[in-house]
Amino acid sequence: MANIVSDVICPFCGTLCDDLEVELSDDGKKILEVYHACAIGAEKFLHSQAEDRITRPRMMQEDGTTKEVSYEEAAKYTAKILCEAKKPLMYGWSSTSCEAQSVGHSVAEAVGGIVDNTATVCHGSSLIAVQDVGIPSCTLGEAMNRADRVVFWGCNPAHAHPRHMSRYSVYPRGFFTGKGSKSRKVVVIDPRKTDTASLADVHLQLEQGRDYELLSALRVAFRGEKLPDVVAGIPKDQIYEAADLLKSGRFVIIYFGMGVTQSLGKNHNIDIAIGVTRDLNDYTKAAIMPMRGHYNVTGSGEVLGWQYGFPFCVDLSRGIARYNPGETSSNDLLMRDEVDAVFVLGSDPGAHFPISSVKKISELPSVAIDPHLTPTTAVCKLHVPVAFVGVEVGGCCYRMDNVPIESRKVVDPPEGMLTDQEFLEMVLAEVRKCKGV
Amino acid sequence: MTKISLNLITGRTIQQGVSMEGGKEKKAYTKACGIIEMDPSDMKKLNVWKNTNVRVTSEFGTVIVKAVEATQGPHPGLAYIPMGPWANMVIDPNTYSMGMPTFKGVPIEVEVAINEPIYDSQELVRRACGLKV
Ligand code: SF4
Repeated sequence: MANIVSDVICPFCGTLCDDLEVELSDDGKKILEVYHACAIGAEKFLHSQAEDRITRPRMMQEDGTTKEVSYEEAAKYTAKILCEAKKPLMYGWSSTSCEAQSVGHSVAEAVGGIVDNTATVCHGSSLIAVQDVGIPSCTLGEAMNRADRVVFWGCNPAHAHPRHMSRYSVYPRGFFTGKGSKSRKVVVIDPRKTDTASLADVHLQLEQGRDYELLSALRVAFRGEKLPDVVAGIPKDQIYEAADLLKSGRFVIIYFGMGVTQSLGKNHNIDIAIGVTRDLNDYTKAAIMPMRGHYNVTGSGEVLGWQYGFPFCVDLSRGIARYNPGETSSNDLLMRDEVDAVFVLGSDPGAHFPISSVKKISELPSVAIDPHLTPTTAVCKLHVPVAFVGVEVGGCCYRMDNVPIESRKVVDPPEGMLTDQEFLEMVLAEVRKCKGV
Repeated sequence: MTKISLNLITGRTIQQGVSMEGGKEKKAYTKACGIIEMDPSDMKKLNVWKNTNVRVTSEFGTVIVKAVEATQGPHPGLAYIPMGPWANMVIDPNTYSMGMPTFKGVPIEVEVAINEPIYDSQELVRRACGLKV
């Protein structure tokens, strides 16, 4: 009989699908097939089995080659650079479990570091907006059962969250949405005719970066006030029609992504998107939700939130928690030369930060903890490979709607490899030794 | 040599996601992300065939990528490089004091660079950081 593990959680995107089945070899050591996952999720499980996987820490040498070191040496080096630094940056945290995050925060407290997660280049704008104006939100389950008007603003789930539409937002039959996609009207707002837009009932192809104008225009249209002939490249008739379509729904859900958070305006774009949601609640029920990227970036915000009161950009260097995005955010710190060591776990700033910031990382004492070879591991002084969370070790993760889901272990990591939590505990012990606590 | 000005945005594609999980040091990742998607009308203006190497330059940097036809177009005037180190060579790092670099809406110029090489992700960042490759 096939050896199948069921109800496996996919540790890739914030959709955190929890219905995967993984087929193992008879001895339970190899992953043979992954069922129900999208192409990205399946690749994540299968790649963990790659023959050429790095299984031991490596130090970069002067001549650009690398030298294998033990986990003990790696932990000592990591503790040393963190303890010697005045203000180390500890960045990432989005591709690991909440348990590991918590150990990492203890390290950061002991060395007086800055803890920042990938929201800093993703939904940081949204977090700032939520602090400014609050957020009327809901869970994906509510959206699936109730939402008959679905808006995707500046996000492209067909590519970034491939099963979001089939599991929650567009196709599933819910309690009040018994006809699946037939019971919903989908509106996409995007400067490109994305693959999500081509499935939509209405696509407003706005001029790139004009989201704030279009969102304001919707608020005007809801109130039946006058609009100029064209706003953000969209004729006013289309805006009035879209406004009426949304008002006529029983439950509107607005999902938004990088199109609004990374374009100019940033947190203000989200402010007004939340304003639109609030307005809609005068006519019907409406909610709004950020499409979180990494599978546990939401968890990182939660853990930081309950430990320090802030969801990212937490500065612990003065012995108390401070928060000031723009000052205590990774890219600003790097660009202003305000940090003197960099520790990266569960993220790849080498690939996803502007190159000017990556250069700064390469000039500093640095360590990258990541199962993969990445542009970050290519520029850091030490690379510590660890087990894949959600594949080789379990742990708590938060879905994009803030629902915690316990991920599962499916196979053992390669012989002798540590999990990130185990490695962090070794670092913590070393740090405590050198700080004399 | 013809040069055209476009507005650059970056973002995810499913190929970017799959190849990233398959290993960022592999060719598939370069193939998925070391590209610039352009509208056919812009390719015509630039006088460039599909799958030709081009140089993309902004106020903030420069990078060689392959010009391909927009897969989610039409979007004349707009160019798309999937998120990754190639895009990040040219995007605007300014955060305007709120932490987030400006990944979308960066003015760029594109010109044909047939004989220039496209580096893989590791070589690209190592070179840019002045490290040995
Ligand atoms: S949609 Fe996201 S969580 Fe679901 S299988 Fe795909 S990558 Fe995994």
